[in-house]
Amino acid sequence: MTKDECKKVVLAIISDIAPDEDLSNVKPDVRLRDQLQLDSMDFLDIVMELRKRHSIEVPEADYMQLASLDSCAEYLTPKFNALAGKS
Amino acid sequence: MLSRIVITGVGLASPNGNNLTEFRANLLAGMAGIERVDMRYMGPVLAGMCHYDPLRYQKKKELRVGTRAGSISIYCAREALADSGVNFDAMSKDRVGIYIGSTEHGTVETENEIFAISKFNYDVKFWSHYHNPRTVANNPAGEASLHLGSTGPAYCIGAACAAGNMGLIHAAQMLRLGEVDFAICGGVSESTQSFGIFAGFKSQGALATHDDPKKASRPFDRARNGIVVSEGGCLYTLERLDDALARGAKIHAEIAGYCVNSDATDYVLPNPVRQAECVRRAIAHAGFTPRDMHIVNTHATATPLGDIQECEALRAVFGEGCPDTHINNTKSYIGHAMGAAGALELAGNLPSFTDLVVHPTINVDDLDPACALPGLVLNHPKKVARVDVILNNSFGMLGINSALIVKRFVP
Repeated sequence: MTKDECKKVVLAIISDIAPDEDLSNVKPDVRLRDQLQLDSMDFLDIVMELRKRHSIEVPEADYMQLASLDSCAEYLTPKFNALAGKS
Repeated sequence: MLSRIVITGVGLASPNGNNLTEFRANLLAGMAGIERVDMRYMGPVLAGMCHYDPLRYQKKKELRVGTRAGSISIYCAREALADSGVNFDAMSKDRVGIYIGSTEHGTVETENEIFAISKFNYDVKFWSHYHNPRTVANNPAGEASLHLGSTGPAYCIGAACAAGNMGLIHAAQMLRLGEVDFAICGGVSESTQSFGIFAGFKSQGALATHDDPKKASRPFDRARNGIVVSEGGCLYTLERLDDALARGAKIHAEIAGYCVNSDATDYVLPNPVRQAECVRRAIAHAGFTPRDMHIVNTHATATPLGDIQECEALRAVFGEGCPDTHINNTKSYIGHAMGAAGALELAGNLPSFTDLVVHPTINVDDLDPACALPGLVLNHPKKVARVDVILNNSFGMLGINSALIVKRFVP
């Protein structure tokens, strides 16, 4: 998985969590909370959906890594690839 | 001197109407709103489902995070506020009380979570972090408070199927105590989302069955065979009369009196002696006699025993000597809306103050002689000479009884 593909996966989750938001112009380097109506419970939803849909675990200590699309891609892409390598 | 309390707005979602005009039209047209739905673990069951548009007032995210009862509360609250004509944005939100009766809350959400984690081998790390805010007992009122930005007291009143009346009674009390200046109150139910409620009634031998869903809820009919579970809600705006008059509000009715008591007899079986006592006390509280009641809405849910026992209670209160008293039932159209039942059923009769028509109890093809009360209005609307007072009965499990009386507003 590339980082761009990883961002698409994260955006797909956010589109379900925040269905009223326009995600067509999300800036990858800006904190998600600064450009979308997302609260702490929504970030827990992102963590839960990563777990449910992709078997990816994000420990609480790493929640900050989900701040922006860029940081999500940096943090999650290796995890996706590690999982793909196992299968 | 107690403040006079008046109803100034009505908002509702019922299986046969999404506002009072639709609801009333269908009650007069004999249109039931029961359908067959597929229930988890059970297959097809009969239920009263609401078909209001939740996106009329809520965002998709609110619906995803919140509960069905919360959504119904928000819809009904916004409809009631619109009907009241009040400028809600200009009100002191800390002086608004939201009091919502509910039969239960949290059953639906817990069942859904257990079902969800069953797909993950019951691993609780997949249990939703929304479970607790969704299941707290104040959820329906709390969601309405969040949505409206209302910062006064907002909570639910758990009173089984007597709860719809209880929302109004509690609101009237709080207005009279001066705890709030404006109340949004009534009852809601999301019970159709819970297989457990259906299965519980089925195990109890009290779940209605019928080939024709619209004929399934049939209080007082000899062939009645149980309850049709429904969802819905009805919220009112209540104000002290002086406040309502000062803003030139339309007044639907005045709260005349009420009573709440308990059977202290049985978990599920009603006690006609205590029910009669509740009705008598409500009538006395309102300063009336039984002869002054023009419409009596029965609680009757179409269980074989429960209907007879309520009739026994009403016979004890009204006897044969109340020629102007007309008795009806709304569950025959919409099933049993649980915590919303009392509030919805009152709303169905309110227009009688204006049109002088008593809507009937439908689906009575063969009246059970044990339910043959004088004044029972069956199958066809009845035009009457006077409707000045309505008695609304709602009774619930664990023996809670509520009777609410409203009267035509006369300045």
